[in-house]
Amino acid sequence: MGKKRAWIFFLLPSFAGTLLFVICPFADVVRRSFLTAITGRFVGLKNYRTIFGNAAFRTAMKNTFLFTAFCIPLLVAMGLLIALALSQTEHLRLIKSLYLFPMAMPTAAIAIVWKMLFYKQGFFNKYLAAFFPGGNPESLGDPVDYLGTGAAFFLLAATYIWKNLGYTIVLWLAGIMGINGEMLEAAKVDGAGKAQRLIYILLPSLKSSMYTIVVLSFLNSFKIYREAYLVAGPYPHESIYMLQHLFNNWFVNLDLDKMAAAAVVCGAVFLAGILLLQRAWKVS
Amino acid sequence: MLFDHLSVRDGSVAKRMRRLAAGLRIYVTEAALLLPALLACIPVFILVTGSVMGRGELAAYLLPVLNDSGGYIDWKLMPDYPTFENYQRLLLETPQFFVLFWNSIRMTAVILLGQLVIGVPAAWAFAAYEFPLRKGVLTVYIVLMLLPFQVTMLSGYLVLDGMGLMNTQQAVILPAVFSTFPVFICYGGFSGIPKEMLDSARMDGAGEALIFIRFGLPLGKGGILSALVLGFLEYWNLMEQPLAFLEDKALWPLSLYLPEIGWQQAGYAFAASLITLIPAVFVFLSGQDYLEKGIVYTGLKG
Repeated sequence: MGKKRAWIFFLLPSFAGTLLFVICPFADVVRRSFLTAITGRFVGLKNYRTIFGNAAFRTAMKNTFLFTAFCIPLLVAMGLLIALALSQTEHLRLIKSLYLFPMAMPTAAIAIVWKMLFYKQGFFNKYLAAFFPGGNPESLGDPVDYLGTGAAFFLLAATYIWKNLGYTIVLWLAGIMGINGEMLEAAKVDGAGKAQRLIYILLPSLKSSMYTIVVLSFLNSFKIYREAYLVAGPYPHESIYMLQHLFNNWFVNLDLDKMAAAAVVCGAVFLAGILLLQRAWKVS
Repeated sequence: MLFDHLSVRDGSVAKRMRRLAAGLRIYVTEAALLLPALLACIPVFILVTGSVMGRGELAAYLLPVLNDSGGYIDWKLMPDYPTFENYQRLLLETPQFFVLFWNSIRMTAVILLGQLVIGVPAAWAFAAYEFPLRKGVLTVYIVLMLLPFQVTMLSGYLVLDGMGLMNTQQAVILPAVFSTFPVFICYGGFSGIPKEMLDSARMDGAGEALIFIRFGLPLGKGGILSALVLGFLEYWNLMEQPLAFLEDKALWPLSLYLPEIGWQQAGYAFAASLITLIPAVFVFLSGQDYLEKGIVYTGLKG
């Protein structure tokens, strides 16, 4: 095979599989989103109207949005702070490994620990009661089942940050290490202070790292479903009922027409988000 | 003039003080960074202690959860009577555990092998050749890599159902084999190879397949290993796909089975969890450099 054609042989198996397993069936889902599930009759936008009128869908959309909007900036900022501090220490490798470790822990293997921490009779409540005797009568007399209250949202957010902080730090560190040291040195000689160097040199050079980190954090934010599902089941407290739960429950109930419309809506939102981020990042 | 010698001494003292302060600052920073990192590893300590705790001791500590009574659960860093009875029960008396362990191993291994055969050449196509629509196809690959499973769940189900693969392990394996994630990681590893080198090999009469094997694979090894390490951690932890596509519990991977073990069998659950954790920790420790490299490769632009 010549140079001109060789790529076809390398790419074809993968591309054919992608077409077969994702692209073509997704096109079929788009078509189905305009049909009824059982009879296959064309109903126009009815499925879309149904899901937007559906309280569960709206809650799930809202929660997913809130979770993302709350967690990702927090994760990105925490990662940056830790990476900046880490880049000035000597035992970088060891500390980095410890932060990365949670990423390697299979969710299922530590589900039991989460339960021990967060259940009504768990450590979380225990220490809360011990540290604030009287201050929190609720948890003193009758322990609160945090997973059954709005606090579940924050527990899940903390779990997400626990799991994802490590790779965020690795990505920031890679960006920090790639920065031109001479430029920083020159700025120092010219009398730029620490804060100035951070704002005018470090942060602008880290822009492309930022794009990556945001996109990956977003992708991984959907995997928090594993923890949520394992600890709180398919119908958790309303504050952590997210799109992942909804899709799963619709799937179990075979609400395929609703699922089709929701998949198209979510797919479109993600696609727009990814492309927008990509554009914003390329322009700068 | 008179105090010149003093100021010199002052200077050296100040310098030494500054160096000391800088050294001290590093220690303080390291300590401040180490503490939350150690906290992050607490779940593992709990798993380890729980797995060597006897049934009676566990029941005493977990009593409030077991009978849903008041009060809180308790724990000890070191069990009073460390025992391997949990492991014994798990490894010698529960053949079911082996079935699921084997399921996990098989699915992970077949998926990774498939990704090597399918994904690595695809990455090579993007890295080593110019072709029409290359950028567009690569963008499609990136978007597919980033789409959450839930969005493609229905389309995945439709095609698997159409092929009669529902409730078989193929339903989990096949779509994963064609995942675009490893393609992108391997592409990151390949993209550092200078094209001039490939061209000069062509001038010497090497065929395209030979160039891939002789240059691509050895030079792109880092990317391929990164994809394997990241892939292992992902598929060893697989939950969404088997949950949706596998009804028969005998086909499940460990990751779905572990959470089903009730509080009554806590010791057994701890031991099983720890054994599930071991391969992941092993891959993590031996492949950390590749893991980090892989994470950085995911950050390359298309």
